[in-house]
Amino acid sequence: MTTLNRRSLMKAVGAAATLSLVGTTAHAADKVKIGFIFLGPIGDYGWTWAHNKGREAIDAALGDKVETIYVENVLEDASAIPVIRDLAQQGCKLIFTTSYGFMDQTLTVAAEFPDVKFEHCTGFKRADNVSTYNSKFHEGRAVLGTIAGKMSKSGTLGYLGSYKVPEVVLGVNAFALAAQKQNPAATVKLVLIDSWFDPPKEAAATETLINLGCDIVTTHTDSPGPLQILEQKGLYGFGQGADMSAFAPTAHLTAIEDIWGPYYVARAQALVDGTWTSADTWDGMKEGTVVIAPYNPAIPADVVALADEIKAGYVAGTYDIFTGPIFDQDGVEKVKAGEVMGLEQLATIDWFVKGVESAS
Amino acid sequence: MSPEFIIASIVTIIGLTTPILLAGLGELVTEKSGVLNLGVEGMMLMGAICGFAATAFTFNPWLGVIGAAAGGALSSMLFAILVLQLNSNQVATGLALSIFGTGLSSLIGQSFTGRIVPQFGSIFPDVLAKDPIWKLLFGYSPLVYFALIMVPLTAWFLKSTRAGLILRAVGENDHSAHSIGYSVTGVRYAAIAFGGAMAGIGGAYFSMVITPMWAERMTAGRGWIALALVVFAGWRTGRLLAGAYFFGFLMWLELFAKANGFGNTMPFLQAIPSQFWAAMPYIMTVVALTLISSRGNVGASAPACLGKPFLPST
Repeated sequence: MTTLNRRSLMKAVGAAATLSLVGTTAHAADKVKIGFIFLGPIGDYGWTWAHNKGREAIDAALGDKVETIYVENVLEDASAIPVIRDLAQQGCKLIFTTSYGFMDQTLTVAAEFPDVKFEHCTGFKRADNVSTYNSKFHEGRAVLGTIAGKMSKSGTLGYLGSYKVPEVVLGVNAFALAAQKQNPAATVKLVLIDSWFDPPKEAAATETLINLGCDIVTTHTDSPGPLQILEQKGLYGFGQGADMSAFAPTAHLTAIEDIWGPYYVARAQALVDGTWTSADTWDGMKEGTVVIAPYNPAIPADVVALADEIKAGYVAGTYDIFTGPIFDQDGVEKVKAGEVMGLEQLATIDWFVKGVESAS
Repeated sequence: MSPEFIIASIVTIIGLTTPILLAGLGELVTEKSGVLNLGVEGMMLMGAICGFAATAFTFNPWLGVIGAAAGGALSSMLFAILVLQLNSNQVATGLALSIFGTGLSSLIGQSFTGRIVPQFGSIFPDVLAKDPIWKLLFGYSPLVYFALIMVPLTAWFLKSTRAGLILRAVGENDHSAHSIGYSVTGVRYAAIAFGGAMAGIGGAYFSMVITPMWAERMTAGRGWIALALVVFAGWRTGRLLAGAYFFGFLMWLELFAKANGFGNTMPFLQAIPSQFWAAMPYIMTVVALTLISSRGNVGASAPACLGKPFLPST
């Protein structure tokens, strides 16, 4: 019915500005629509699954005032533009685009719809109606790296990632630096598979890392596939985005859980109240957006203590893994002793630390 | 490189190859009968979810495989009715089947998300199956041996049996086959069902063997690789086997190079950008197709009736 009204209006008025005005009036009594663009399927049990939990939190908290809709499996290329635009045309007043690869597409559509608010996850480009928000996953990676560095027998760790984007680079670096604090000789073999969700390729890449001597593999792609391979081989790994222990009870040491609900509810509330402004939010363990899942009993007590120490340090704001001296892969000093990398540097990082072995 | 490493890598390559080999073999038989079914991706996903569901209900992986074959074959029958009975366009209908299979498998799969089944792994004792050397022969799921047996069986069927000859006749000249009394439609139904069943089993390799879980779109495009493989192989079973392993090897090579596998021992190879290795399967496809077509019609002969609807004159 809405579409019909709009179409006939479009014919009568023929001006987009008037259309949106009339549209708003017509919907004044309705709920405010909030849209989500998801990278993977909501059933990935990882990244998108966690974002969808956040969306459900909005429904639970503000279900009487807002209505949420979502689109799954959106590609990170130009084809995302019409999908985002479609949500705006359907009347969404706030749109969350939940992956780094939607950055420029979000900005493009945002320029076309100045009245619609946008929130882009893990990016760094903003506008008056575009906010960015991120989670300090690397804080969690520092905890995982600590556990891995202490528990690995070979000192060779595997890191299965998606693309060379700041979020992944930060994760790799935090993991490697934390592992090297426990075992200075630890190296991290990195495979970037050019996909966020490809279970067969994730599985084959995990096998390859194991064959090359890695005895602990951590994943920065979204399926539980790699953990199942580790379970079959009797090795250890970590969950990504959500607690994946159901898929690999023995291999799953712990996981980084992404908790988006509180942020999403706050932003939806701000939209309803009319107090929404463009901002850059980068929360972490302190704010509760990054949570470490329950530990596997296989982790020795002293390792648990070390991991908890890092966790406590982050919650108290006294610890930062990106404290110098930090060297890059070629041994060049990137951060001087005692210096701490700033948020701006972290958000655009494109180099790996010493001890990371990756393809050129 | 130690022998253990080489064997472990071969096991990985076989894991990458088996699903596309199974699906490609089925599609080859379908295409030999003159029907182009582009719905392989959808049928693989239907097989993946049906195999997983059947295993989850019965706790018997063998019944799971039967479920996967049935799921793939049943979804292929939708395609068969449309193209054989209603003479719809095969390309459009096949694409529709891919989309339909993706959607339906996601729908069926909703209640299976987050569950696991026991892996359908090697049936040999662990002494052999997990031994770093003997696993080269004994460390695989029964589906791997099944795929390898099906290659010569299919070749023998197509070349040396009466039924295979009829199937090829239907694919090469449907009107002649019809005029001497063979049921073109019946043969094509059977060929499509076989293609569907094999794609279904190929899909089940993902949800029951590699990662025994269900995830939406978990085949991640392997159905399209299987389709390309049939053309790459020039509709020949032997070449399909070689092509499947060649693709599997190149997929492994990309991951190996990215994980710094060449490392310090072969720095000249490690210096090649990883994008080159990632592009290799596609580069090699272009090269192979160019070589085949430059040799005239000898190497690659598509069945003459491929993709054409059969419209008997009377």
